[in-house]
Amino acid sequence: MILTLLKRELKVARRNWIGLAIPLLFFIIVVSLFPFAVSPEAPVLQKLAPGVIWVAALLAMLLSLEQFYRSDYQDGSLEQLLLMSSPTSVAISKILAHWLLTGLPLVILSPLLAVLMQINYGSAGSSHTWVLMLSLVLGTPTLCLLGAVGMSLTLAASRNGLLVSILIIPLYVPILIFGASTVTASLENMRYNGELAILGAFLLIAIVFAPFASGRALKISVG
Amino acid sequence: MANAWRWFHQLGSPKYLFQKTGQWLPWIWGATLILLAVGLYYSLWASPIEVRQGQGHTVRIMYVHVPAAALSMIAYIAMAIAATVGLVWKMKMAFAAVRSIAPVGAAMTFLALFTGSVWGKPTWGTWWEWDARMTSELLLLFLYLGYIALHASFSDRSKADKAGAILAIVGVINIPIIYLSVKWWNTLHQGYSVTEEGALDPAFQTPLFLMLGAMYLLFAALVIMRLRAEIILRNQKARWVTEWATGQSTERGDA
Repeated sequence: MILTLLKRELKVARRNWIGLAIPLLFFIIVVSLFPFAVSPEAPVLQKLAPGVIWVAALLAMLLSLEQFYRSDYQDGSLEQLLLMSSPTSVAISKILAHWLLTGLPLVILSPLLAVLMQINYGSAGSSHTWVLMLSLVLGTPTLCLLGAVGMSLTLAASRNGLLVSILIIPLYVPILIFGASTVTASLENMRYNGELAILGAFLLIAIVFAPFASGRALKISVG
Repeated sequence: MANAWRWFHQLGSPKYLFQKTGQWLPWIWGATLILLAVGLYYSLWASPIEVRQGQGHTVRIMYVHVPAAALSMIAYIAMAIAATVGLVWKMKMAFAAVRSIAPVGAAMTFLALFTGSVWGKPTWGTWWEWDARMTSELLLLFLYLGYIALHASFSDRSKADKAGAILAIVGVINIPIIYLSVKWWNTLHQGYSVTEEGALDPAFQTPLFLMLGAMYLLFAALVIMRLRAEIILRNQKARWVTEWATGQSTERGDA
């Protein structure tokens, strides 16, 4: 059932690929603003890199949430989906689609930003880039899961847009802290597996609670 | 046990709840004012000043700051409990309670942040420090404001209630996670370390406990007043509300 729903999500998204590209473009453009605003010097950029890339990723995830829910809610297909299957599986399929089409591309694009932000400055290999990607792999699914709860809650609300950001950003803080500090630890040549483990723990907790909460919220929004 | 359950169910009736709280309210306000008067007397005049840390009179801020901070957290937990009751037993009055607690809790959070800031300037020499407790208090304020904003943006009140209840529960799961993360983040960044105070001198304890009691009662009184307003708002069309508001019976057959 979830697979069928997921296929539908991916098909709908493929027909609106430009909408999916915009958050990714936003991700790159926001990061590229920092050298202009702060300083183009490599050591400075390197120090800022973990925070800047993570904040940009977080905002891109928030921006892309809307299109996975809004149009389905407005044209009534969400209501039909909820009649067809359990709210939790609808929520899971949406979360998976959101991650596959936004989270995963962000992870794939992040080495490019790592280059822009001089993340490997002063070190021979490209190990910091790998750490950045790992932290995003573990962190972005949690962002999707929590974002799904917020988005489902605000679907029927009259003022939306920024409302979901206000609700969800305080909940994103722990992920931001550990996501960015994983990369910072790697830059300072310290062990970072503790931070990664905590990111993984957040992900597991979110997997347990978020699809259920999001499903309930979808039902309230529609019913 | 059966009695307790019946009482619980009776609380779900708007009319019963409105009448009961109306009976309690004068007593709660009376106790609040007495405790507040005694507590303020002790904390502003009859307590020593702190000389060891060079704080002098600024230590008196503590008597407002500590109760406000305690209430800001307890209020959120109370919101989450009421939200759970509302979602599980489909009790509308529980949702009204969540909505009534939120602004008072937000005000307490703001008060805790504000007094903390005013206290921080003379003692630490700064208005703001990204200390674990302060940062999580700030995020708590955002959670309250998020709930209020979410509730306000629905035109359908029952949807607003349920959506808000889910947000309150999600928030309460997150509060310990936020607190611990911020704490670890702060130690990583070698932030300002607040000196751990030992046991408070008894001279400071008396006014603090008095003020704690007074502020808890004040909180209860304010929440109950909001709750009563909320009950009237939600039951405008009920006959007992019309009777209460106009002070007369609208029984048919009188004419």
